[in-house]
Amino acid sequence: MQAIKIQGLTKKYKDITAVDDLSLSIESGELFSLLGVNGAGKTTTIKMLCGLIQPTDGDAFLMGHSLRSDSAIVKSIIAVSPQETAVAHGLTVKENLELMCGVHGLGADKKKERMSQLTELLGIKDVLQRKAGKLSGGWQRRLSIAMALISEPEILFLDEPTLGLDVIARSELWSVISSLKGKVTTVLTTHYMQEAEALSDRIGIMKDGRLLLTGTADDIKRMAATDNFEEAFIRIVKGEIK
Amino acid sequence: MRMLTFAIRNTKEILRDPLTVIFGLGFPLILILLLSAIQASIPVQLFEITRLAPGIVVFGLSFMTLFSATLISKDRKSSFLQRLYTTPMTAMDFVLGYALPIIPFAVAQSFICYTVAVLLGLEISVSILTAILFIVPISLLYVALGLLFGSILTDKQVGGICGALLTNLSAWLSGIWFDLKLVGGAFEDIAHMLPFVHAVEMEREIIAGNIAGIFPHLWWVLGYAALTTTIAVLLFLRQMKKQ
Repeated sequence: MQAIKIQGLTKKYKDITAVDDLSLSIESGELFSLLGVNGAGKTTTIKMLCGLIQPTDGDAFLMGHSLRSDSAIVKSIIAVSPQETAVAHGLTVKENLELMCGVHGLGADKKKERMSQLTELLGIKDVLQRKAGKLSGGWQRRLSIAMALISEPEILFLDEPTLGLDVIARSELWSVISSLKGKVTTVLTTHYMQEAEALSDRIGIMKDGRLLLTGTADDIKRMAATDNFEEAFIRIVKGEIK
Repeated sequence: MRMLTFAIRNTKEILRDPLTVIFGLGFPLILILLLSAIQASIPVQLFEITRLAPGIVVFGLSFMTLFSATLISKDRKSSFLQRLYTTPMTAMDFVLGYALPIIPFAVAQSFICYTVAVLLGLEISVSILTAILFIVPISLLYVALGLLFGSILTDKQVGGICGALLTNLSAWLSGIWFDLKLVGGAFEDIAHMLPFVHAVEMEREIIAGNIAGIFPHLWWVLGYAALTTTIAVLLFLRQMKKQ
């Protein structure tokens, strides 16, 4: 089943086209990564799919609901972990999770169940009583993902989830993201080639607002005639592969 | 429910910021104590406790603008608001969630300031309770200013505009520190066209036991509160759309 179907999605800012006629389908439970250099249009695409910005043209259907005409339903089935950690710094980790439970209107039993599940999944039990603003970047990212998952979204958007993390924190977060595969449809943007290669079922490469190609990491390496994924990405973005 | 959850979060964020205690409560109290001490040595009619306390209480509200504007601008900067915009929360949940926690703060601040004023010689009367009650419409104006500045300024700009400019403007143009008639002319005219002096005069009339004297000051305060709220909501919705 298709979780996301994007049809000719376009975003223009005056004379700049940030996303140009993007069409793409993502299967339910799939982990799809969007790769691209700065300004490729990854974040704008995610912002449109989350309903944060209105497309200039085109539409997208999330679990069959139109972004343009069913935005309230779309908001109830998606969740996002933005590029910045986007946590409430003055609240404890537990209070942050409780806040998201309240925002999504979860009842007492459901709240207890989800808090317990996510505390386990994200390994945040030991920091529940600590203020979010005092946590390291890695722990804040974990909390950010836990906050996004609290409502049991059908589609999860992770915008640069491991940006600025050290190698250990990144590896730990990869395990968490991997554990979501098959359960939640996940769209991930990243600058890290290794991350995209290790985590993704499929990868889309964007440049100047256009989707150049989609495929598995192996497909992309084969197309670029190299065993090195980063090299394949560079060749494709530089236009050496047609 | 969503609005209430968000309002509780905002209350916690504000209360846990040490600046709230230092500026929201400490600064107005220091001013009352300091100016009362000056008044004891060099008596000035303007600094008599019946005139000074209402002025300081209104001046203290400018910090409410600083608190709410800082919170909103920080939430914008950290993308926390962006996260919440992708949830089922409505625009009304956001506006009320930011505005409502400030009003109890404003009432509590004025209660504490008037209590200290009583210790410094303000006569205990029902007028004090009335004056605290009328803090609510005045605080609406300052809450709206917080929403307005928080929607358009960065957290650093909020510090400058609300922390320095607004507090100074509301102090100079309110007749708290000096009689506006002493300056007179255009300065006095401008001051009377703004809400700050009317807020102070309204509180002073109530403390003096002249409840009828709240007019026309109340209309000025309510008019500005309504106008500022409208502009603030429009600007908040605009920045929401810009996300």
